[in-house]
Amino acid sequence: MMNYIFGALILISVVCSAVTGRGRELTQGVIDGASDSVKLLTTMAGMMLLWSGIMEIAQRGGFTALLGRVLSPVLRRVFKNVPKKSKALSKISMNVSANLLGLGNAATPFGISAMKELRRLSPREDEASGDMVVFVVINTASIQLMPTMIGTLRQMYGSRETFSILPCVWLSSICALAVGLGIAKLFQGRERD
Amino acid sequence: MPLFIAVVLVFGLVKKVPLFDAFCEGAREGIKTLLSIAPTLVGLIVAVDMLKASSATDMLCSFISPAAEQLGFPKEIVPMILLRPISGGGSTALLTNVYKECGPDSFAGLCASVLAGSTETTFYAIAVYYGSVGIKRIRHTLFAALSADFTAAVMAVLTVRMLLS
Repeated sequence: MMNYIFGALILISVVCSAVTGRGRELTQGVIDGASDSVKLLTTMAGMMLLWSGIMEIAQRGGFTALLGRVLSPVLRRVFKNVPKKSKALSKISMNVSANLLGLGNAATPFGISAMKELRRLSPREDEASGDMVVFVVINTASIQLMPTMIGTLRQMYGSRETFSILPCVWLSSICALAVGLGIAKLFQGRERD
Repeated sequence: MPLFIAVVLVFGLVKKVPLFDAFCEGAREGIKTLLSIAPTLVGLIVAVDMLKASSATDMLCSFISPAAEQLGFPKEIVPMILLRPISGGGSTALLTNVYKECGPDSFAGLCASVLAGSTETTFYAIAVYYGSVGIKRIRHTLFAALSADFTAAVMAVLTVRMLLS
């Protein structure tokens, strides 16, 4: 998919600048784009490294596990079909809490083992069970509490109130998650009849 | 933020985490993430800048903006809504473009920030999780996930309008 998008973007710009006679601007665009992107990466790098270092400390101190314990009653209600003894629930809550803390690198391995557990509980081989759909939908919605990368970018481009967006981010994340879960549950409910 | 860092450090001290070792290891992971997004970001920022320089974006915007304005969406964020579920790097490229053009505290800049913060790279997550257990029929996953993304886009504009302007 990205292959087509990338190709299309560049082809369209070349054709378009040929038609409008903006060849020189296009060349400048290529040069600026290339150097800007590296500038962006180097500015982002400091904050990203600092943040992942700090979060690793939190992770090792058991922050994620702690949050997981707080979340598991809620998650138990969302994943009603999962037996209480199953390892799936603890993996799911580790995945969700890592996502909340913005630890993408830690969330994915937990998420994959959660999927493996869910698959063991599912009767069908290559078809997603209702619980799997719910779990994947949670992971396609962003539930990160502190979007640090966006904060860093905003600061870089001269924002005066970097984190003024937080209430809006939380509100729209919650609404999006609610809609996603609602639809997933609606389909799941219908299949049982 | 400094407060949060302090809390984490004290928490780590209490739990006897080797603070500096853990920090360095985490930062090393951070470099890996950064390096893994670097090629996408360079490629797509160049592509977006080319599109801008060729005046194709102006044409596209004049095409979409009437519809976008009718819905109350700033036209600058429409391309981001479309690319967000497909490519994380691509939407970051578009996000910085909005910041550059309108400023991060403008209406469009704020909407773009909220949109980026409340959505994920949907297709990537679906591919990783279903791919890892070999599931081919994903049923209503995509529909539910994209509805959530659409809700986030609408809510981003609504909340910024209500709370920040």
